[in-house]
Amino acid sequence: MSAASAPVLECREVYKSFGPRAAALLGVSLEVPSGSLSALVGPDGAGKSTLIRLACGLLRAERGSVRVLGFDAAVAAQCIQDRVSYMPQKFGLYEDLTVRENLDLYADLHGVSQAQRAQRYPELLHMTDLQRFEQRLAGRLSGGMKQKLGLACTLVRPPELLLLDEPTVGVDPLSRRELWQIVHDLVREQGLTVLISTAYLDEAERADRVIVLQAGRVLAEGTPAAVTQLAAGRTFRLTPSGRESARTLQARLLGSQAVIDAVPDAGGVRCVCAAQHGDGIPGGVPVEPRFEDGFMVMLRRTQSQSAHADIALAHPPPQANGALIEVRDLVKRFGAFTAVDRVSFSVARGEIFGLLGPNGAGKTTTFRMLCGLLTPSGGVLRVGGIDVARAGDAARGQLGYVAQKFSLYGPLSARENLEFFASAYGLRGATRRARIEWAIHQFELTHASGPAGDLPGGFKQRLAMAAALLHEPRILFLDEPTSGADPLARRAFWRRITALADQGVTVVVTTHFMQEAEYCDRIVIMDAGRVLAQGTPAQVRACAPREGEFEPSMEDAFVAVVERSRAGEARAAARTA
Amino acid sequence: MSTVVATSDGRASLARIATLVRKEWRQMIRDPASIALGVVLPVILILLFGYGLSLDVKNVPLAVLDQDGSSLAAGLIGELRLSRYFQPQSVTSLHAAQRLLEAGRVQGIVTVPERFARQARAGGAAVQLIVSGTDANTARIIEAYVSGAVEAWSARQAPALAGPVRVQSRLWFNAANDSRYFLVPGLIVLVMTLIGAFLTAMVVAREWERGTFEALFVTPVRATEILLGKTLPYFALGMVGLVLCVLAGRFLFHVPVRGSLAVLLGGSMLYMLVALAIGLLISSAVKNQLVASQLTLLATFMPAFMLSGLLFDLRSMPAPIRALTYLLPARYYVALLQTTFLAGDIWAVIVPNALALCAMLALLAFALGTVTRKRLA
Amino acid sequence: MLSSLMRILALVRKELLAVLKDRRTRLSLLVPVLVQTMVFGYAASYDLNRVPYVLWSQDQGAAATALIARFDGTGIFRRIDTVVRERDMRAALDDRRALLAIGIPADFSRRLAAGRHADVQLIADGRNSNTAGTALGYAQAVIGAFNSHWRATHGEGRAPAHLSVRAWYNPNLLTRWEMIPGLIGTLTLLQTLLLTAMSVAREREQGTFDQLLVTPIRPVEIMAGKALPAMLIGLVQASGVLLVAQLWFHIPFEGSFAVLYGGIVVFVLAAVGIGLVVSALSYTMQQAMLYSFVLLMPFTLLSGLTTPIANMPRVLQYFTLINPLRYAIDIAQRVYLEGAGMRLLLPDLWPLALIGAVTLTAASWLFRHRLQ
Repeated sequence: MSAASAPVLECREVYKSFGPRAAALLGVSLEVPSGSLSALVGPDGAGKSTLIRLACGLLRAERGSVRVLGFDAAVAAQCIQDRVSYMPQKFGLYEDLTVRENLDLYADLHGVSQAQRAQRYPELLHMTDLQRFEQRLAGRLSGGMKQKLGLACTLVRPPELLLLDEPTVGVDPLSRRELWQIVHDLVREQGLTVLISTAYLDEAERADRVIVLQAGRVLAEGTPAAVTQLAAGRTFRLTPSGRESARTLQARLLGSQAVIDAVPDAGGVRCVCAAQHGDGIPGGVPVEPRFEDGFMVMLRRTQSQSAHADIALAHPPPQANGALIEVRDLVKRFGAFTAVDRVSFSVARGEIFGLLGPNGAGKTTTFRMLCGLLTPSGGVLRVGGIDVARAGDAARGQLGYVAQKFSLYGPLSARENLEFFASAYGLRGATRRARIEWAIHQFELTHASGPAGDLPGGFKQRLAMAAALLHEPRILFLDEPTSGADPLARRAFWRRITALADQGVTVVVTTHFMQEAEYCDRIVIMDAGRVLAQGTPAQVRACAPREGEFEPSMEDAFVAVVERSRAGEARAAARTA
Repeated sequence: MSTVVATSDGRASLARIATLVRKEWRQMIRDPASIALGVVLPVILILLFGYGLSLDVKNVPLAVLDQDGSSLAAGLIGELRLSRYFQPQSVTSLHAAQRLLEAGRVQGIVTVPERFARQARAGGAAVQLIVSGTDANTARIIEAYVSGAVEAWSARQAPALAGPVRVQSRLWFNAANDSRYFLVPGLIVLVMTLIGAFLTAMVVAREWERGTFEALFVTPVRATEILLGKTLPYFALGMVGLVLCVLAGRFLFHVPVRGSLAVLLGGSMLYMLVALAIGLLISSAVKNQLVASQLTLLATFMPAFMLSGLLFDLRSMPAPIRALTYLLPARYYVALLQTTFLAGDIWAVIVPNALALCAMLALLAFALGTVTRKRLA
Repeated sequence: MLSSLMRILALVRKELLAVLKDRRTRLSLLVPVLVQTMVFGYAASYDLNRVPYVLWSQDQGAAATALIARFDGTGIFRRIDTVVRERDMRAALDDRRALLAIGIPADFSRRLAAGRHADVQLIADGRNSNTAGTALGYAQAVIGAFNSHWRATHGEGRAPAHLSVRAWYNPNLLTRWEMIPGLIGTLTLLQTLLLTAMSVAREREQGTFDQLLVTPIRPVEIMAGKALPAMLIGLVQASGVLLVAQLWFHIPFEGSFAVLYGGIVVFVLAAVGIGLVVSALSYTMQQAMLYSFVLLMPFTLLSGLTTPIANMPRVLQYFTLINPLRYAIDIAQRVYLEGAGMRLLLPDLWPLALIGAVTLTAASWLFRHRLQ
């Protein structure tokens, strides 16, 4: 083993670009010390994957040096690849092979002896909780299980450096927690060195060191506490007074020059003040800063808040009495498998309604039934007073839909996409022109030239939103709209959504960001096809056990609800067996 | 660390290749797409080529119009009736015959004109054949057969006036004049191309697409080991395809194998390697299943069908196209196969064609060696 | 009704934009078709214009010389060698230097001069028996002409009967005249089938299909919006092949363009229908491609383009009845060479229309029922 003092990974002034217009890294220098858990944090497109691939010798830097375990990645890639382990974003699993066969493949390639396997496999399978699935094809595992299997494959022998590229993307909070726990234990108990990249800021807090990457540059490098410290003394919690909702309070705060950031939090609003307003804001109770607060402080030094986030509708949806969306005993079966099992809820006009749940909980199936993409097997489903499954195009004209991947026509330009969707919704003549101009202005798409497929993620998200709002729908469906977006874009997105809701648009949203559930008026938490908890964020939060003086976070509540339900299931299963 | 030290020697390398081969094999038998391309399509091809395709003309329906009605005319028509090539049917008017020809019910009209008997006795009577040129190849064969029948009849009527030059024609290597004899070797070329280039290009591109290569690269495995791990299973599958085709050709379609099996096998292995190398090259260049498969289709499969000499004679193509065919490995393999199947071990054909394939293989292997790096982009 | 039309129009516009905006896709639609027409137009021919032969002769007499002069004068037969020993003749055929050997016995000229019959041996390399048969046919024609001339100049009587051949539509029996019109259907099928089969699968993979389904657009409109642009592109591709056939190969065109295009439209409809069924059945582009490929193989091989349908076993002949390419090739060849009009083409047109109707109905049913 090399001396503990030398950094395991060392980058000096690294430049890398893909073509003349796509610079990925612009002079990155960083170090990963031995025996530590380092997190590479940044939004999509910051250059995280490029950096990790450089470290693995999978890419070659244009300028600068990348040294791993003392080897130069540009010339001795094989020496590095013999010693490190790497899990790519797509997990690198062979879907046609079983769990066991995947493990064997990597063990064989790393030359792990049978004796070593006999000792290591049980550990790995136990740690990842995959014992029962040893003979299952990897393609049939859930996202969370795939991710854990991917991790197990990297650990068939103790690597000298473990590189994980966004292992938690698209994975629900429960699985994310489990993965971080495993990695944590590895670092503590086996002295592993780990570099893990993530777009989730809250995850960075669990690392020993963070490297914040933004647009190809290192924004900060150090302990998470050092980043958090940037917001020290500038974070406050406000509780809305009187009839004002947390959302409107947040919107008001964000409008103020003195406020860098404001997010809804456990019924109130957390806000970060600008430095010159360090003495606080009226009504604000000082709270401990979080990593994200520090991150926002750093980010706001380089970027400013979107100017057009406030949205104005020309024709707000008409007033309506009673529930706009009504779901009663909704059932969906695929063959023998019941994906959605007697789900009931209702959504009123102007409400933001959140669908939360772990992977495979049935929330996507429910969501697709609401949009009319799936026909229910049973139960009542009325959207805008109409049975979606039967009503067809008239009902669909009232809906707006933003798919998970911001499904746009790649070869078409932004304007052509809008023109197409305007026609698809039956807009014609002057109205059509006016709406397209409105959308382009409102969503800052003036500079979006070239094919939509080549636009950066943030543009795509705004374009997808614009396309869904062209026909001024009464109800807006959003499927994981903010995954992978940077915090600023996420703030702007939610400002638009709350503005729309305030004007009477009903919004149904699924999300993996538990903090974002706080933006919702009401949420349901689903697991195994059933609704586990339902109500306002405060009501759902109350399901979690209270520890200390602070209210439990939404994530705590989510994990508590799902775990409690699963434990009950297991007990019931044990009884019947 | 002990595990790391062990990786550099040859035994470890062999073990890794064995692992990759095992993995590839498992994927192959579990993936419907591989089964479709590697098994279903070859079987469809064997059946289509063996049973469906034929250039042999037998039992051609002919309309026969006897405007003469003499016994001489009847004798001539009898000559046609006796031939195994024709199925003559009598018609009473030219108009009726034309309608049959237009409708495709007959493929030719034989007219024995009025006063045929008288003219024939004087010499120089004309029997008229009308064929439809919409299928020129068949038309030409019909023409040759009818002409042969008329000449034979003529020679019997007046032996002294036949010839004087008499033709004895022989078809070497295929005395039965059975088009399967050259279609079955051609079929093997297509099957090997399908498995070697097409299927391989697709599975390699799939690894790029799904990101599995990325994970594989960051292990002690070497680039050449990955190449071998991909090559060996599909090579084996290709050989299975070869055996299937040869067996079907020999026992189902009764195509002779006159050369030695060793040459057949050796040549096929050589071509299989060339096809594999092309598939690997294309897929590593485009890294996308769809584009890779379309490119391979265009660059290997279509030319193997049209420009290899398996169906159309290469010597009659214009010079630029002929020059193009020299760049296609299928050309050499077709020559090799048709010779070993039908003519025997004729080294004057086998050696230059095998050498050409070797040269291509060397070139492709060199290209693969330079292109293959454990690196993305 | 009007709004439905508007939506279909918007879909068509989107589809065409998506295909035609990208220069690479645009090129990939036309260039392969044109290149293949050029290459296959030259390659796909059973005609021989170069028959290398080896002369195996021990006869230096006048008659033999005259006969060989006739061969050499055709421009098709090219003497590569003159050998005396049979072994050398055999070698020239074995190693494929010669396609044909012409054997003239030592007493050939002597016997002819004596007014007796003489034999000529023609030996062909049967490794491709079709090519060999054609070469033998050519050679026999040369000898036949020699015979007539000989008898005429030596005052002998004429044989009782000879054959006079007339080939309708294609007087010189050139295979190119039938192959190139046949390529119009073949290449168009290849491209349209793949294009339609992939297009829905692509939208499914990229998620835009869901996006379409939540708009007021109906499944039938989506189908029409997919079918029309594909048909349009198919027509353009067919026109590309047609242009090459006309301007480059100068294949004589006997019929009317209106009739040909009428036929092509019905054919493209059937091709698009099949493509849409494939696309409705496949979830990924890979699947769509595999299905199309498995279909295209028998379609092209059993179309009658390379080998006649009449030669196939009965069962396969029945299969060709559902093969749209069979009809398309027939239509193109007959319009081109026979100048056939609509009435004559009816037996081709109604099956195509039927295939189109059945597949489009099936596709629209599948679209509605397989969206789950």
